[in-house]
This record gives sequence, structure tokens and C-alpha cells, in this order.
Amino acid sequence: MPSTAVMAAGSGLHAASDLGPSFWAAQGSNLLFAALAILAFLAIVGLIMYGADLIKGSARDKVQLVVLVTPVLALLAVGLIYPAVDTTWLSFNEITNEPDPDTGVFTTSMQFIGLDNYRFAFSDPSTLRTILNTFVWMILVPLMSTGFGLAYAVFIDRAKGEKALKSLVFMPMAISLVGASVIWGNIMYDYNQVGEQTGMLNALRALVGLDPYNFLVDDPWNTLWLIIILVWIQTGFAMVILSAAIKGVPVEMNEAASLDGASAWQRFWRITIPSIRSTIVVVLTTITIMALKVYDIVRTVTQGRDNTDIVANRMYVLSFVEGREALGAALAVILFVFVIPVVIYNVRSLNKVKETH
Amino acid sequence: MSVTMPPQHPVEDDKPTKGKSLTKAAKAKENLTSPWATAAAIIIAMVWTIPTVALFMTSLIPGDRYRTDAWWTVLADGGLTFENFNQVLFESFGDNSTAPPLLEYVFNSIVVTVPSVVFPVVLGLMAAYAFAWIPFKGSNFLFVLIFALQVVPLQLALIPLLRILGPENLGLAGEFPGVWIAHTIFALPLSVFLLHNFVSHIPREVLEAARVDGASHTQMFFRIIIPLSLPAVASLAIFQFLWVWNDLLVSAVFGSADTYPLTYPISNLAGDYGQYAYLVPPAAFISMIIPLIVFFSLQRYFVRGLLAGSTKG
Repeated sequence: MPSTAVMAAGSGLHAASDLGPSFWAAQGSNLLFAALAILAFLAIVGLIMYGADLIKGSARDKVQLVVLVTPVLALLAVGLIYPAVDTTWLSFNEITNEPDPDTGVFTTSMQFIGLDNYRFAFSDPSTLRTILNTFVWMILVPLMSTGFGLAYAVFIDRAKGEKALKSLVFMPMAISLVGASVIWGNIMYDYNQVGEQTGMLNALRALVGLDPYNFLVDDPWNTLWLIIILVWIQTGFAMVILSAAIKGVPVEMNEAASLDGASAWQRFWRITIPSIRSTIVVVLTTITIMALKVYDIVRTVTQGRDNTDIVANRMYVLSFVEGREALGAALAVILFVFVIPVVIYNVRSLNKVKETH
Repeated sequence: MSVTMPPQHPVEDDKPTKGKSLTKAAKAKENLTSPWATAAAIIIAMVWTIPTVALFMTSLIPGDRYRTDAWWTVLADGGLTFENFNQVLFESFGDNSTAPPLLEYVFNSIVVTVPSVVFPVVLGLMAAYAFAWIPFKGSNFLFVLIFALQVVPLQLALIPLLRILGPENLGLAGEFPGVWIAHTIFALPLSVFLLHNFVSHIPREVLEAARVDGASHTQMFFRIIIPLSLPAVASLAIFQFLWVWNDLLVSAVFGSADTYPLTYPISNLAGDYGQYAYLVPPAAFISMIIPLIVFFSLQRYFVRGLLAGSTKG
């Protein structure tokens, strides 16, 4: 084992020698900066609230209300609502950067072009494919995550060591999408044209005598392999929420049905599922929205190659890499249009919850 | 983004009471006697665990054998080494040998994350109190609006917000404050909604008693709201911590080489199958250590936050 010997000789912690004082000075000042920012923030908020408390008379309540809600409303208006409107407007325009005919100076101008960006998005084959892929993500991720999560929640319900078993499936929720992409893209799906298969799944295939399979290149199945990464992350979420709901189903109902001779399968479909239906809907919609916006996986694993691109990633590339902001804006609006039904549904159920209170 | 949970109140860890334990034991037996269910549960548990273990094992393969040997081969001949962690953390991480070490990004992640947790939690709690307990004109409309904003894709706000924070305006893009502000803004809808859910369930008598004693909103906020909502604040803080630590999009758009957190260089190198590809698994594993510690030690609060009816994206 020559390599091991070399490695062993070169190992041992040598942190301080490689990272000079300038490194530690820079990191230290960054940390200090963050700490000061937090302190300054808390001090300012505290002082303003204290100041509002010194006011005498009837104005006090009003001023304090303003102090409480203004930061959030202002930040959301400037940072979310205005930008959303602005992006929507941008999507109907074209940005040109051409020399001025008189002066020859390059100037950027915006021109209203109506629906042209959208027409392009839905007619350009690769962009259209991107939109279709996003649809597939939006359908499969919630269904698969909820399905696995529900199955697992039911299987381990009241089993010995339930908590630990839950933690195992829940754990990926703490892992970043980038980390999960590395786990699956670089290790599980790894494919070698020659030699030993180092990828876990291809090694398994070799074990049972199958030829190696290039997961990430095989269009259209590669999209499914990417989707599984997000399902792996999201199943824990579905499982935890559904498990809590299952425990909310009265035990008496199950016992009564059991006495009447209903099998476990029948009880699952006739009692458990109807009792937790509203929770299932919540889980499905939550994961749907999440699935639409995720760009980390595609960016990390395939960068959109081999027809795996999705709208969230293409939007990023168009806007921040290729400088085609208007088209990127149109894709962002398309994402938003996908979630509008969910927004409406959510606001309705929020109002229902408020009424029942 | 989040959704309203149906009005059920699942307490996070339902501790079995003594009286019920008998039926529970019977139940457990019944579930486990179905061999198919048990087999399926075991398979799911394995599929959800093994990949992370495989990542760790792959991190230990020496660089010169990464391309050709699988970790079990290297394990069998005793060649696994921790040297990669050393190299990634302290020497350099990237597609060339002069790239900065990963430790720099670890610090960036910390500097990005901590303020991005504190700011939206504090501001969100203030607004949540106002929306829950101070009647004012437009309160309901504004709250529903904030609730709906949770679902708006970040992508819709990126370009204009970058312009606002950019060099022509605030000049904060590419620096830590710019990243903090972006994270804070994107976290506010969830923060207000989740904390409102909690704050509005504080018993009315508690607040009214203080009000009768002449306490102002500010005094009530400091004396009643903050102490009583600490569990909800803990849940939200953990949630936001994991979210920001694991984020790639906001950091990529609003950050720069000075501020990029761990996810950024790892994402870049993951798609690069060149001679430095062997550095990716150890780096990815390092990036998971802190969130996994936070997650396992504070899982109870995290689950409580989830069950309060929210997740976001």
C-alpha cells in the first residue's frame, strides 16, 4: 500500500502553519463585524421601542404600533412586493444595449415588447423542455415524498424505537440540497466508463450482473434520478407531519373497527386516510411549492445538461450568467403563475381557520 | 413558504402515558407482525441512511485512488485516510491548488447565518405581536398579504432587489450586510406567520391584566410577549438557521467571493470531474457537520416549528 504510507507521512494536523496570521485576522474581523451588527441592531430596536414608550398621552399607542409593524412592512414592500412587480414588468420588455446613433455611446434601454418573452419561452425547444421538466418535478416530488413519508409513518407507528427510526429518515432535512446533490450525484449515481464501478448503485448493479448505467445522462430518466434527490430530502418532512396527524386519529375508532373485523389495510384506507386528509393536502401543497423553486440540485449535479434543466435554474443562468434578464424575469413569472392556485387555496384555508377560531 | 395547518394540535413528542401503554404494546405487535410492512420500513430506513454513510466513507479515499477504487475496496486494503479533511479544510479547496481553504467558507457561513437568524426573528416577533393583539385598520388585510407572500418564489424578487442593494443604490451587494438584508427580507413572511400563530394563542387574560395595569405595547412586548414566546422563537431560529446555512441561491446572487458560504464552492466543484473531484465528498461532509449537530440536539424544537404549520422555500 504505497499510497497509504505516503498519506500517513504527510498527515497530522498542520492547520496553523498553512493559515497565516492574515487569514485569522480576516476571519476574526468578519466575526467581530457580525457580532457588532447584531448588537447594533438590537440596540437600535431597543432604543426606538424605549423612546416610543416615553411618549405621553394618547399618541403613545399609535406610535408604538407603528414602531412594531413598520420594519416588516417596509422591508417587505421594498424587498419583495416592489421587486415582484418590477420583475413582472421587466418580463414584458426587452433590454437593449446599443450605441446611440448620434453620440456612439452605448446606452441601455428598455422597450415594451408585450408577450414576446413568453412566446419565446414556450416556443424555444430547450426552454419549453425546461418548463415541462419543472412540471414533472412539481407533480412527482410531492407525490413521491408524501407517499414514502406516509408509508413509513404508518409502518413505524407505535413500533419499538419509533423515535430513532423517525430520526433516520428525518435527518436529510438538515442536509443542504448541495450536500444531498453531492451524495447522490457524485457517489450514488457515479458512473465509470471503464474499470471498477465506484458509484454505489452501479456497484450494486454489477453485483447482480447488470451492465453499468449512466444515470445522469439517460434522458428522460435522468430527471427522475434528480427528482429522487429532493424526494430523499422532503420525505422526512412529510413523514413527521403525517405521523403527528396519524397520532391524532382517535384510538377508539381503530379499536372499534378492529373488533368489527376490519383488517389493517382496510382500517388504513377507511379510517386513517379520511381522518388525515386535510394534513395530506397541506403536505402536498407545501412540497409542491418547494419543488418549484429548488435550483440547487440541477445546478450542482448536471448544470442543466442532457435535458435536465428546470425553470428555477434556467432563470438563474439567464439573469445572472448570460445577462438576459428580461427572459429570466419571464421565467420567474411563469414560476409564480404555477403557484398562484396554491396561494389562493392557502388564503382561503387561512380565512377558514380564522373563522373557526 | 408555508401553509395553514388544519386546526389540530399535535404535540411534538407524544409521550405514551402509562394507562395507554398496554394497547400501544398490542398495536406495536400488530404492526410488526406484518412482515411486508417491517421489510418496507427497513428498506426505507436504509435508503435514507446509507447514502450519508457512503459520503463519509468516500471522503476517506486517498486522492490518487478516488477515480479508480470504490470506498469498500480501499477499506478492504486499509487505505482509508483522514488526510482529505486536512487538505480541504486547511490547505485549499477548488479546481486549482491556490484556491482558498474550506475553513474560510466555514467562517463565511457562520458570519452569513447568525445575523440572518437574529434579524428576521426579532422583527417578525414585533410584527406578530401587533397583528395578533393590537387591533388597527387594515390589520387583517396586511396579515393575509404577508401570509400570501410566503409562497412567492424568491426568483421573482432577485433582479430588482439586487439592483436596490447594488452599487448604484445601497452598495451592499457582494458584502455581508447585503446578504443579511436579503435573507432577512425573504424570511420575514414565514417569521411573522409562525410567530403570530404562537403569540395569538397566549391567553387573553394575561395580556388584559397587564393592559389594565397600564402597561404600554412596548412594556407588554418586553414583559409578556418575549418571555412567553421563547419556545416559538427557538423553533423558528433553528428553522431559519438550517435554511440559511444550507442556502445556495440567496448567497450566490447577493454575495461575492468575500462572502460565499460553504454551499457555493462545493456546488461549483461538484460538477467538475477533474483532478480535484476527490475533494468534494469531504467538503460536503464538513458542510453537514454543524447543521446535523444543531438538528440532532434541537430536533424537538425543530419538529415543533414544522408542526406549527410551516416550511419555506
